[in-house]
Amino acid sequence: MHPSPATPRRAAPIPLPPYTPGRGMLATIKIVLFAVCLIPALRLATAFLGDGLGPNPIEELQKALGFWTLTFLWITLAVTPLRQLTGQHWLVRLRRMLGLFAFFYGCLHFANWLGLDMGFDTELILDDLTERPFAVLGFVTLLLMAPLAATSSNRAIKLLGGKRWQALHRLVYAVAILGMAHYLWGVKKIALTTPLIFAALLVVLLGYRAWDRARRYTPAGRGEAPGEMPRVVPTVTVQPVRFMERPK
Amino acid sequence: MLIRRPADVLPSEITSPATFARRRELLAALGLGAAGAALSGLGLPGRALAASVERGGNGFPPVAKAAPGSPWFSDEALTPKSTITSYGNFYEYGVDKTDPGKYAPGLLKTRPWTVAVEGEVLKPRTFAIDDLLKLAPLEERIYRLRCVEGWSMVVPWVGFPLAELIKKVEPTGNAKFVEFVTLADPVQMPGVRSPLLDWPYVEGLRLDEARHPLTLLGLGLYGEALPAQNGAPVRLVVPWKYGFKSAKSIVKIRFVREQPTSTWTRAAPSEYGFYSNVNPEVAHPRWSQKSERRLGEFRRRPTLPFNGYADQVASLYAGMDLKKNF
Repeated sequence: MHPSPATPRRAAPIPLPPYTPGRGMLATIKIVLFAVCLIPALRLATAFLGDGLGPNPIEELQKALGFWTLTFLWITLAVTPLRQLTGQHWLVRLRRMLGLFAFFYGCLHFANWLGLDMGFDTELILDDLTERPFAVLGFVTLLLMAPLAATSSNRAIKLLGGKRWQALHRLVYAVAILGMAHYLWGVKKIALTTPLIFAALLVVLLGYRAWDRARRYTPAGRGEAPGEMPRVVPTVTVQPVRFMERPK
Repeated sequence: MLIRRPADVLPSEITSPATFARRRELLAALGLGAAGAALSGLGLPGRALAASVERGGNGFPPVAKAAPGSPWFSDEALTPKSTITSYGNFYEYGVDKTDPGKYAPGLLKTRPWTVAVEGEVLKPRTFAIDDLLKLAPLEERIYRLRCVEGWSMVVPWVGFPLAELIKKVEPTGNAKFVEFVTLADPVQMPGVRSPLLDWPYVEGLRLDEARHPLTLLGLGLYGEALPAQNGAPVRLVVPWKYGFKSAKSIVKIRFVREQPTSTWTRAAPSEYGFYSNVNPEVAHPRWSQKSERRLGEFRRRPTLPFNGYADQVASLYAGMDLKKNF
């Protein structure tokens, strides 16, 4: 949201242009963020190898990796509301990395199940996939994340074209909802505290988008001329330059 | 009714002399090696080593050890005591597997403790825990324990058959089921303040299941009194059923006409039936039960019908559809 001056008491403050880190600064931020995103994986790896996960390490690892998958997915989904509400539009340039880390933890979660939990035993795996609907749901969720990860490069964006790329990447909403269902389904009905916190956050993250979209459709909202075609894609994020041109 | 005692030594339980010889070495290495390893870290070699050899210390009555050849013996490697006491479900102390081990020892007071036995019995009685310890000779039973969540242990329980207690109170002809009610004191058990489950925790058995020689009134573990987190001072042990059937920290045993509704059945009837026999053929609604992970092992192992006790208990369920009566 751009700062809109409320009734000024003194002189109207001149709105500052939104902060944009320079090239070098952005690179530094990215490197630091990358290291931070790796911390859970490194901590889990050392705990697993060092006997720090208790008597049932494979299950603990599975739970933790699932937790981090959803956490990174939620952080990814928080970028758009955050940048709109704070005006820090450069945040979107971190989103790709966050999304890829969600996929990375999802892949580790899947690999742990396949390798350490099931021991690559086809029979056990087929049993699970036929008798554990929530496992199937998790698998489908990961499959839906794969095309998003695969098309995360600049080249893929160019190849697909902004509009199509963006349409494809709206799959992330399906991924989040299915991932949430996988989590809720997989836990005991009485151990729902953490899953319900995740669910509440997801409602906020998706609810913000619904609200944002609804107000753009209202002629009175956000200064769009009555009768003007509402923008199908309210937040253009493909080309870093374009989001600066949002109508005020 | 007629209770068929299993033959003392089943063919499947006869151990070959070679295995037997190797086992003793293994046990020695396990018991002393594990104790020694734990102690070197603590710098208390002598004391704890003595405690592990001198079983039944601290006023706990002597225990007849399970020996090869006994039907109560298993030659599977015992799960280390540290694992048994640090990993488990005891929701009165929290939903995390490590919560009971963290909180129960400091909070649960096991003296004085009484167990009221009532209902359809000729001689209702309230047992003080010390009387209960003397009710019948204590024996060690090495049982497999299979949790409904898919993990398992091998536990050297101490106790006596519940049938011994049942004899003492003389159930009437009306008694068809036994209900076990456990402690729900919010001071000693902070978890019961949360409405996760209907407290107190209640479990039930059919009278013939309760009388079965495998069914144990558990009073100890690894030769000593039960640790708080494992359901001190008195719990149920029913090795052919999923672990949650074995109620912990029992305060009341009721003999009743109608099938009791156990706490988990009330919480999620589609997931936890009354019988809850270990059955690889009946999947939990959310996961397969065909395999399990023995704590401490890397690979899964196949789950056995009745947790491997089918020879002894399958006859209890003759003619029953165990998929319906899960």
